[in-house]
Amino acid sequence: MMAKLLDMPKLSPTMEEGQIAAWHKKVGDQVAVDDLLAEVETDKATMEFRAFDQGTLLAILAPVGTVVKLGQGVAIVGVPGEDISAVATRRDVPATPAPPPAPAAPSAAAAPASVAAPAPPSPAPASAPSRVRASPYVRMLARERGLDLTLVTGTGPTGRIVARDLAASPPAAPSSVASSRRVPLSMMRKTIARRLTESKQTVPHFYLKIDVDAGPLSALRAQLVADLTSAAKKGEEPEKVSVNDLLLRAVAVALARVPECNARFDGDAIVLHDRVDLSVAVAVADGLVTPVVRDAANKSVLEIAREVRALAALARSKKLAPEQMMDGTFSVSNLGMYGIDEFAAVINPPEGAILAVGRVRDEPVVRDGAVVAGKRLSLTLSCDHRVIDGAVGASFLAELRATLEHPTRILLS
Amino acid sequence: MTQPTGFAALYRKMQLIRRVEEECARAYAQGKIGGFLHLYIGQEAIAVGADAALAPTDYAFTTYRDHGVALARGMSARALVAELFGKATGACQGLGGSMHVFDAERRMLGGYGIVGAHLPLATGTAFASKYRGDGGVTICFFGEGSVPMGEFHEALTLASLWKLPIVFVCENNGYAMGTPIERVLPVHEVTSHAVSYGIPCDRFEVECVREVQTRIGAAIERARAESVPTLVECLTYRFRGHSMSDPGKYRTNEEVEAHKRKDPLVRARAELVAELSEAAVAALDAEVEAEVADAVAFADASPEPTADILEPTTYKGPFAR
Amino acid sequence: MTKMRVREALRAAMIEEMDRDPSVFLLGEEVGHYQGAYKVTEGMLAKFGATRVIDTPIAESGFAGLAIGAAMVGLRPIVEFMTWNFSSVAFDQIVNSAAKIRQMSGGQLHVPIVFRAPNGSARQVGSQHSHAMEHFYAHVPGLKCVAPATPADAYGMLKTAIRDDDPVLFFESETLYSLSGEVPDDPAFTVPFGQARVAREGADVSLISYSRVVHTCLEAADALAKQGIDAEVIDLRSLRPLDEAALVATVSRTHRAVVVHEGWPYGGVGAEIVDRVQRLAFDQLDAPVERVCFLDVPMPYNAALERLVIPQVDRVLEAVKTVTYAR
Repeated sequence: MMAKLLDMPKLSPTMEEGQIAAWHKKVGDQVAVDDLLAEVETDKATMEFRAFDQGTLLAILAPVGTVVKLGQGVAIVGVPGEDISAVATRRDVPATPAPPPAPAAPSAAAAPASVAAPAPPSPAPASAPSRVRASPYVRMLARERGLDLTLVTGTGPTGRIVARDLAASPPAAPSSVASSRRVPLSMMRKTIARRLTESKQTVPHFYLKIDVDAGPLSALRAQLVADLTSAAKKGEEPEKVSVNDLLLRAVAVALARVPECNARFDGDAIVLHDRVDLSVAVAVADGLVTPVVRDAANKSVLEIAREVRALAALARSKKLAPEQMMDGTFSVSNLGMYGIDEFAAVINPPEGAILAVGRVRDEPVVRDGAVVAGKRLSLTLSCDHRVIDGAVGASFLAELRATLEHPTRILLS
Repeated sequence: MTQPTGFAALYRKMQLIRRVEEECARAYAQGKIGGFLHLYIGQEAIAVGADAALAPTDYAFTTYRDHGVALARGMSARALVAELFGKATGACQGLGGSMHVFDAERRMLGGYGIVGAHLPLATGTAFASKYRGDGGVTICFFGEGSVPMGEFHEALTLASLWKLPIVFVCENNGYAMGTPIERVLPVHEVTSHAVSYGIPCDRFEVECVREVQTRIGAAIERARAESVPTLVECLTYRFRGHSMSDPGKYRTNEEVEAHKRKDPLVRARAELVAELSEAAVAALDAEVEAEVADAVAFADASPEPTADILEPTTYKGPFAR
Repeated sequence: MTKMRVREALRAAMIEEMDRDPSVFLLGEEVGHYQGAYKVTEGMLAKFGATRVIDTPIAESGFAGLAIGAAMVGLRPIVEFMTWNFSSVAFDQIVNSAAKIRQMSGGQLHVPIVFRAPNGSARQVGSQHSHAMEHFYAHVPGLKCVAPATPADAYGMLKTAIRDDDPVLFFESETLYSLSGEVPDDPAFTVPFGQARVAREGADVSLISYSRVVHTCLEAADALAKQGIDAEVIDLRSLRPLDEAALVATVSRTHRAVVVHEGWPYGGVGAEIVDRVQRLAFDQLDAPVERVCFLDVPMPYNAALERLVIPQVDRVLEAVKTVTYAR
């Protein structure tokens, strides 16, 4: 068996590089196929990197903290004592900040001189996401209490989080002197920055806004909540359905009727999707992710509600699997819960459109020629003009409004 | 086999020291002995003659050139060679090595590697003998290279001041490592220092082991009877270098050969042949050969010490971290 | 309990042990007729006579070596150096002989001996008489090093030292000799080595110290209490063996530590304590451990400059500010 270079695998759909978060094998360990080798922080989540090859781990080329591009080597597997210098000097081994390779085998005599020296610990490269500075005691407390230290502001030297920063009492009144801090980008923020910049710079966006009478939708939701509450067994939490769950179902129904909006641009063609896979934007600690509700047009409101809640929980704990974030066909972003009336969203490539949803607000509406107290909801569709023209987008919104204003369609169709 | 007594016993011990050390030189070349190896070859008559005048309960201290004193005091060749080989069966379990040979049972209280530093220690056992009134005497061997050291003077001061039962034996072999005495001592007679400390002294060329026994014996008896220290200077010569790594360029071949012609061991053998017979002495020599071969084989076959002896030989009881 | 000064407690310990064991004797410069340079041995010559309380010439290497030799064959000498500064000329005897004979002899011999003397700064005695020598000696396996801060510990630990079968280096302080305190009347009372003492309990920061500056730390703790900071004061008492468990325990309570000692900052006992704390209680630390010790210069004679070099309460308070992030 020849020594084999293990490449950084693609662990998420949009992953272009990954940062080694932990090694679960050390040099000299036996590796079987599917053994957990390392954990890799990708743009979306911390992923498991499992072995495709068996053998002995001869060298770790990318120590913890190293950012490695896809396809670049992170480790070498082979037979103890074999010469790994040829493999270790391949061009696709990370050049920076790769440390010298670790010794090939416990028996130093068998290792070639060029790779015989043990690797010194390599400092985290400048491009790595910021390390939370915290005292060891704070880290222990955070482990014990399950605290997310990225949410805590450190007041010690160099922003170190010290024990007092975890105290329940609010921080001292802000200083009148303006100050700022540089927070290096996490992998997720880097991905957001790159992909949305790319989207806004290369995708010709245009925007269509429509107001919807949300009175019937609100009434339907109230009815559903009441029914679910009375249906719940004693002592159990009733199932929940939100306005957003109803809206997602309505979007799916409308897309099924206007499939030209369930499409994406692909260089020399437009790809029309047969199935509606809705990407739902979920805010997480350090940014946002878009887990996908598959085949939403063929799922009931309750099914969608349950699935969205499960996906959101996974997203917030960084446990989403890559396939749960891959290959959506249309995105929905809802900022209504933050009190936003309306907004325009940036398209999530390579999808062809995204719908921005505001809050349901009390407003006078004209109904049957009379002004009455009512509820309104503003929807803004961002379209990739290469795929969707104004008239197509407008017909989708008209279909969506009709569905929302006659919400039994949501339940029945 | 009955152990010889009298002069034959002295000859046999000198021959044993000579042959053990010659074999140690070979073992050193074979890499079986590490570190430093300082040979006593040429000076054997001093340790053997002095030991013959000591009681078994008397204490002896010497320098790092300590194999001769150890064997003279009765340490087995096996224990010595095994110690030099760093083996668990060595006199000090392989922890001391060539320069630090101890045999508490035979009152050989060690070889010491810091020139002059053991002279105060020797005054301590003499002090203890006097404190207890047990009639014990301490003998302390050292080289003339120790004389400039403060410890020489502090030890002689204390021994004289407190009238300690000790005999200081300066083995003056003419060279402090590679430096002749004329270049390091302003006064070449070491015994001249006895005047400063108001103690008796004796000075003689070492040619005959029985003369050593007699003259050092007189000092030992004075110490025992009167609790008075004596400074004895034995003029001697080492035939080998300071240590195994010494090329000996500071001495001429003629000088070394001239001293070898006066080898006290050769003289002792000739005298013993005259008293007994060539055959009788040859039989002793054969015994020594067998003893040396046995010691080397024993040391070769012995196990290495293990790490578990390190802590209990550093402190008694729980290790002080 | 009897109230006595440190020098009386030390004397009581020696007298009791010499009464108990005829192999114990005392030697040193001015210990007999002069009654002790610091009057620790006052009256002992009259009690025990010149065979057991022995005035020596000024020959530290000589009488230290002599005492080691006597200990090798079963006596139990107490060597008083006039101060630890002068032990530097007997350094070889302590480090190369006393510490190593047990090992070099393969365990055949051992050296039950006590070296004792005042240590560290006094008042304006200049650079050659102000050494904190424990840092040199605590480095050496084969030696035990202790440094009590109270009369009771001086009494109980000196008795333990005299009964120990290995060389014990006993570090006293000239400026503590007149310190009074309660000492148990029980002649069986001893203080074991390797056990630190909590001199004051506290929750916010640990002041870890030994010997004279324990009292500096206690003063600092009083000042901190007025600022609302609850300081714990640890008196190590024993430097080798070192009470690792006590270090871990106090840091686990307070999460912040300041090590206070005499002697210079480079290496030494303070650095050793910091090493143990970071290694054994890493997860407990909310701040890097600070050290307050001599400034890194030879001790100046001038009184104001000397005060600057020696750890003082104000420097302890500054260090506490640092580890509590109060500045």
